[in-house]
Amino acid sequence: MSDTKTPTHTPVEQTKFGKRAGGPVKWLDERVGAAGVARGLIRKVFPDHWSFMLGEIALYSFIVLLLSGTFLTFWFQPSMQEITYTGSYTPLYGLEMSQAYASTLDISFDIRGGLLMRQIHHWSAMLFIAAMYVHMLRVFFTGAFRKPRELNWVIGVLLMVLGLIEGFAGYSLPDDLLSGTGLRFVDGLIRSIPIVGSYLEYFVFGGEFPGNEIIPRLYMVHILLVPALLLGLIAAHMLLLVYHKHTQWPGPGRTEKNVVGYPVLPVYAAKAGGFFFVVFGFTALMGAVLQINPIWAYGPYNPSEVTAGSQPDWYMGFVEGAVRLMPNWEFTTLGWTFSLNVFIPAVLLLGAFFTAIGAYPFIERWVTKDDREHHLLQRPRNAPVRTALGVAAMTFYGVLWIGGGNDIIATQFRLDIYAITWFCRVMVFVGPVIAFIITKRICLGLQRADKEQVLHGYESGVIERSPDGGYSERHTPLSEVGQYELTTHERVEVAAPPPAADDRGVRVPGARKARRHAFVSKFYYGDVVDKPSRDDVDEARHHAGHDGHELEADEEFRGVGETGVPRSH
Amino acid sequence: MRFLSRRRRHPLAGFVVLLLGLVVAGGLYSTLAPRSAGADTADARQVETGRQLFLVGCAGCHGKNAAGILAAKGGNYGPSLVGVGAAAVDFQVGTGRMPLANSSQQAPRKPPAYTAEETAALSAYVASLAPGPAIPDTEYTDPSDEADVTNGGEFFRTNCTACHNSVGAGGALPGGRYAPPLDDVSGKYIYEAMITGPQQMPVFADSVITPEDKRDIIAYIESVSEEPRYGGLAGGGLGPVSEGLFSWIIGIGGLVVAAIWIGAHGARVKKQT
Repeated sequence: MSDTKTPTHTPVEQTKFGKRAGGPVKWLDERVGAAGVARGLIRKVFPDHWSFMLGEIALYSFIVLLLSGTFLTFWFQPSMQEITYTGSYTPLYGLEMSQAYASTLDISFDIRGGLLMRQIHHWSAMLFIAAMYVHMLRVFFTGAFRKPRELNWVIGVLLMVLGLIEGFAGYSLPDDLLSGTGLRFVDGLIRSIPIVGSYLEYFVFGGEFPGNEIIPRLYMVHILLVPALLLGLIAAHMLLLVYHKHTQWPGPGRTEKNVVGYPVLPVYAAKAGGFFFVVFGFTALMGAVLQINPIWAYGPYNPSEVTAGSQPDWYMGFVEGAVRLMPNWEFTTLGWTFSLNVFIPAVLLLGAFFTAIGAYPFIERWVTKDDREHHLLQRPRNAPVRTALGVAAMTFYGVLWIGGGNDIIATQFRLDIYAITWFCRVMVFVGPVIAFIITKRICLGLQRADKEQVLHGYESGVIERSPDGGYSERHTPLSEVGQYELTTHERVEVAAPPPAADDRGVRVPGARKARRHAFVSKFYYGDVVDKPSRDDVDEARHHAGHDGHELEADEEFRGVGETGVPRSH
Repeated sequence: MRFLSRRRRHPLAGFVVLLLGLVVAGGLYSTLAPRSAGADTADARQVETGRQLFLVGCAGCHGKNAAGILAAKGGNYGPSLVGVGAAAVDFQVGTGRMPLANSSQQAPRKPPAYTAEETAALSAYVASLAPGPAIPDTEYTDPSDEADVTNGGEFFRTNCTACHNSVGAGGALPGGRYAPPLDDVSGKYIYEAMITGPQQMPVFADSVITPEDKRDIIAYIESVSEEPRYGGLAGGGLGPVSEGLFSWIIGIGGLVVAAIWIGAHGARVKKQT
């Protein structure tokens, strides 16, 4: 350390690069006045953690989608006009098919790099939505959606829903047998809406399914309407991110009023720019070596044909699963058919699922009555009920996924498809409850372990034998940073139920509402293991000094460090 | 001539004429009938060999006369094989489905227990019980250049993919039953399966799909299974389920690893030695 030279500083305008770039930059700044904005942005500080980069995967996948999608529009013909295929894929040579399908075959077999681009486009679509989900899970489990970020959470949910629509529209465009079957699924979904369903179907498809309109319409939705909405909402999402500043993990020196991290230039420009190329390269690699959506194998769409293993892309798999699990409830009254077997699992569930996600920050606000701003993240264990609710929702989603792939699971694992369906029918209700209980228990256990570490130190790996032959492991006190990080979260207070009547027996106004709130507050925080107080820590320290059970991490120490790495090596 | 004319009213004359007629007719038949006497005995020998094999390996379920064995509560241990034809036996025994290793929802494909000759003998025996679909000519099972692959594809998508999947990867059926994968199934067995309808499969008689169309279907299946895997590793032809698995495990998994790597190599993160 002592031989490090003091860095010398040369102002950028005096460097060789600065002298050359100065002229053009000045010219530009005098005309657009960007320097003021740019100065703020390039000095903006972001905190550093790998989980903050999950949303970036989604953003970069979206850029890859725009680039590869533009390439595909040069050759794709969004038309349901019947033509005879004369391209180079011989097993379909001479077949009548729509122009949309024929042009997709041309992109796959007769356009140089077309198949690669198609596969990159499809893989990055899958990654786009998957990355949105993992990003959303990160935000959820760390409590990053709390005030002031509730609105950005809602924008995120909208982005997710639009991503599903965009993905589905794109999946339907090639007009192959699989995508046509998927469209038929959506047709059924629309028609299951009571009373107005069949009118809506005629409106969307321009007549009876499949008609001649749907591909051009979906094309417009896919390349113009939804991408424009996505772009606008992504811009709003990012602007709010800049305005709110990024959340950070708690630690020494990090407060609700600052952001500890590195500036955009040069650190994050390099990191994020590099990560963009990692994402692009990874997607290109997948497009090059992994086949996706082999439309030539499915053949052109024909409403009288269907293939085993017809599935939607993964992000619609949970809706597919819900429909497969639903019992066949349907009735007809006054000439209207009510297809509850499709309406409940497809339309209602899809709506309820995203509404619940979007509403969650407001529900939690109602429970906590917390109106302060939060810029420090919570560890998932310190919000046990929220974490457990999240895992329960993931379990619900996962069971529906299994239900959606029941035929593939049946053939691959030699199982009975009905057995899988019945298993899922039970687990879709029981599974989330089990997951909730287990997760909450794990969180509470981790909280107890944290408390134990703060009070009595961590396990040092040093085993001692007492004079009477017993073995015990010595503990070592945590460093102050370690103690701080485990105790920096807030102490939670469970709202106490007010008395229903005052001491003169008069009913307290609003008591019922307050009691209801006290009930949910207890549900959320009743079992939380509270962090030790300063007095607890002092007392434990005092106690430890007396019986000599703790081992100081001094020069003589030969145990393991706080991270479990042996010190002596 | 006088010998004959004198006895033409003899009481036995009518019988003699009748006998003569029968001998002439029988003689003519035996010389003009299509099968030669040598082949006849070879066939008979093959049928007999087949019967012996049947009594050892099949009669336990199908009965000594191949008429099936009924179970006490309805249903049967083994169905009657009278009239199923040589094609059905050739398919079931040739693909190893019969004899059953154990009683299950469906007989799985496995290495055949009988040699080609023994299979032929069993087929001949069952075919001798009653007429049924015969083993098809190679003309229809070994598709040559005249097969119309595109036409076969249309028939395949209309009639087969609903159970067997668009690339013949197989599919699930209710109650633990399944449509088996079609990769490396020979054309003969595909044809026999179509005309006999083994297990869950319906029969596609020649009146429904002509032999030429059957040949085209076989040609399509072969051409698709022989084509290179355009676009890379295909995930078993299982479609979007395996694609979703790839995007989560390889895609998101790999990118999260990359994110952790970038996060761990920050500007001021120094590796501690």
